[in-house]
Amino acid sequence: MPSSDQTITTIIATLGEFLSSDQLLTSEEELRPYECDGLSAYKRVPLAVTLPNTIEEVQKIMRICSARNIPVVARGAGTGLSGGALPDENGIILGLSRFNQILEIDEENQLARVQPGVRNLAISQAAAPYELFYAPDPSSQIACSIGGNVAENSGGVHSLKYGLTVHNVHAITIITSDGDLVTMGSAALDRAGYDLLGLMTGSEGMLGIIVEIVVRLLPKPKETVVLLAAFNSNSEAASAVAAIIGAGIIPAGLEMMDKLSIQAAEDFAHAGYPTDAEAILLCELDGSSIQVVEEKDRVTELFKSHNATSVQTATTAEEQARLWAGRKSAFPAVGRISPDYYCMDGTIPRMELPAVLDKISDLSTIYDLRVANVFHAGDGNLHPLILYDANNPGEFDRAEEFGSEILKTCVDAGGTITGEHGVGSEKIDQMCYQFSDDELEFFHAIKDAFDPKGYLNPGKAVPTLHRCAELGQMHVHNGELPHPDIPRF
Amino acid sequence: METHLSPEHKDTSDGKLAESILRKCVHCGFCNATCPTYQLLGDENDGPRGRIYLMKQMLEGNDVEEKTLLHLDRCLTCRSCETTCPSGVEYSKLLEVGRKVAEEKIQRPTQQLRLRKILRKTLPNSERFKMLVKSGQLFKPFLPKSLKKKIPERSTPSAWPTSQHTRKMLILDGCVQPAIRPQTNSAAANVLDKLGVSVIKADKAGCCGAVSLHLSAEEEALAAMKRNIDAWWPEIEAGAEAIIMTASGCGVTVKEYAHHLRDDVEYAEKAQRVSDLTKDIAEILLAEEDISSATTPKTLAWHPPCTLQHGQKITGVVEALLTKAGHTLVPVQDQHLCCGSAGTYSILQTDISQQLQVNKLKHLTANKPEMIVTANIGCQTHLQEDADIPVIHWIELFTD
Repeated sequence: MPSSDQTITTIIATLGEFLSSDQLLTSEEELRPYECDGLSAYKRVPLAVTLPNTIEEVQKIMRICSARNIPVVARGAGTGLSGGALPDENGIILGLSRFNQILEIDEENQLARVQPGVRNLAISQAAAPYELFYAPDPSSQIACSIGGNVAENSGGVHSLKYGLTVHNVHAITIITSDGDLVTMGSAALDRAGYDLLGLMTGSEGMLGIIVEIVVRLLPKPKETVVLLAAFNSNSEAASAVAAIIGAGIIPAGLEMMDKLSIQAAEDFAHAGYPTDAEAILLCELDGSSIQVVEEKDRVTELFKSHNATSVQTATTAEEQARLWAGRKSAFPAVGRISPDYYCMDGTIPRMELPAVLDKISDLSTIYDLRVANVFHAGDGNLHPLILYDANNPGEFDRAEEFGSEILKTCVDAGGTITGEHGVGSEKIDQMCYQFSDDELEFFHAIKDAFDPKGYLNPGKAVPTLHRCAELGQMHVHNGELPHPDIPRF
Repeated sequence: METHLSPEHKDTSDGKLAESILRKCVHCGFCNATCPTYQLLGDENDGPRGRIYLMKQMLEGNDVEEKTLLHLDRCLTCRSCETTCPSGVEYSKLLEVGRKVAEEKIQRPTQQLRLRKILRKTLPNSERFKMLVKSGQLFKPFLPKSLKKKIPERSTPSAWPTSQHTRKMLILDGCVQPAIRPQTNSAAANVLDKLGVSVIKADKAGCCGAVSLHLSAEEEALAAMKRNIDAWWPEIEAGAEAIIMTASGCGVTVKEYAHHLRDDVEYAEKAQRVSDLTKDIAEILLAEEDISSATTPKTLAWHPPCTLQHGQKITGVVEALLTKAGHTLVPVQDQHLCCGSAGTYSILQTDISQQLQVNKLKHLTANKPEMIVTANIGCQTHLQEDADIPVIHWIELFTD
């Protein structure tokens, strides 16, 4: 509900009593850079941005906003790709970037206690002297925050073998919608009672605000090799993926890139990718020396029997880092070949990869928009990047429609509409396609239990039944519903 | 990124340049991860992605006030973001346009204007600056501690070599370096003399233009560039092989003369030639094979200036030369981050500059080196202010 000018003035004045001018941003020019996260096509200017330094300040902000029912949208590094940190026009942004300290590396118990604004990569860097690392590694790991990773249940290249964020978090401390401090989970692996920690992970800032996290660290594997195989077609590469998994091998990472993404990434990272290949697979194998040698031989054979045109092996840390640098910078590197892109995130059973990739290619012709594919092939997590030019009127709408078709294709193939980026604002309508009314009602009951007033990141992740009903009945033209001014959340 | 530049900027040379750069940005936020000010302040407005947004708004015709200027002023122009950016956004070129437009639209307080003018009039004028440093050295015992540490020790350079070789290279003396550390260039001249190269100073050359450029005095900067081109041109025509830079801050600027003078009918071509000939002293030595080993190998901490590693993209070269000469380099954490010197930044943004210097010195000295070596006079003096060990240009180690 829109707040009156008087309420806004009162709120800002109240916040200003304990936040300094560089912690409370209210001018239009300073608010604009917060109008979107990594999904820059969705924009809304918030009423104010708060940048607290302490847990007590977060609690105060929460109590003030709760009392006046002002929406609070938490934001980490703002690298999310589903608009999870998209502001509410009537609410504030709660920026957690200043919570950037690694509080403890517990070598003996292989744990790290960190603040939510710590960058994902910084955890592994701090753990490196102890021969430990933090496994889930989103491509944006250089910049994305661990708090955001927990909120979105992020995955990464290594999730195939080591799991998503949810499998690597031991405990979190949150501030509830009432402003209370609560810790969920513990250093132990199993816990009595309901798994609230599991529930909080991936809850997209809708159930509480995370202020501290204990993550699990893993010992660095003794041996690692990375194989790079080139193919003449996407479907041959996709079949090789299914064959490797089918052979009972679980690589540490198994990634696919198609021609467009290979060229864009090579241009930035100079990784040595074969730019004439239609598709490449990057396969990381780790473990004991004997295991790695044996698996390397088997994977190489499988690549060759699936018509790989070349197979390279990187054994030194430098060579491996170079091969991964290309993959990890591939999304933004696409900025070199297209002014804008729309990054999709869906998951399908691995066996469906060749068919779904073909379908995406057909859709690309129908919508007349190019697609670059770069994704976690090993766990069937697709990331088609739809290339468009936002300066051409109507092109983004077409990209959105195309994206929606891709997600429906994923659901029809027995998959889901998200792999690791979350639902956020972006995929809210596709939730109606994935879930029944009963299931959605159940989600709402959980939200009500944690946040009865509904002021934490409202309107994200779970659509109202009303919205789904309307979507089912109405013709969605150019991504716009008729009467967009009617509140539908 | 979507852009809709206002009619005022849409068709200008600067506007077109800005738009082409803005369109490359995909808003991924990787740049914030390696931005020194974002890491310290945690505000989107104090990272490259936010500053790009601020500039975009301004160029799209939105109202701007002092906040935009504040956040643009806080940028060190270290260009760490450019090294990190996978999309190839040329941030510093956009910033130059952005700062220029911001200065036109937003009135600075008189006090700020005065300080910036004083800096522009003193630093680039090497004679004036020399006098200032000399009087500072004379009155040093009577100065307060905070000011005292800013005055460099008096030093005498080794003699300039007198032998005449057929191979010749120009060297830029610059503006502040001759007053603070004349040894650097005489060391470079002596090292190259041994390798059979005569190093020539062009008397009429002076400040490279960076000081004016950083303070958004474009005309003044362009005049300095043209003056240097004129000063070097006879020697270039006579066959000088290169223009050597011993301060990477100047190096990055001279290498971009071609960009700054691209629309100048008279100078564009000459500027391109000058930029092509400009080399950091490390690049020159890399090509020479007979480099002597150090008589007394040292344990060193290497501080790569931003203008060398991010601006000129020279990495690993100085490290290789020092290691080859027998020195040991200690590991240094966060080597990609700025030390806070950044030209006039240390004077205009003292708080941030100081915090960055403290962090940098902590990391540089963590593994107990005997001395710190760097490649830019700005970093050198800024670090030396509070370092307990000597900070010198690495080339001076090659004159043993």
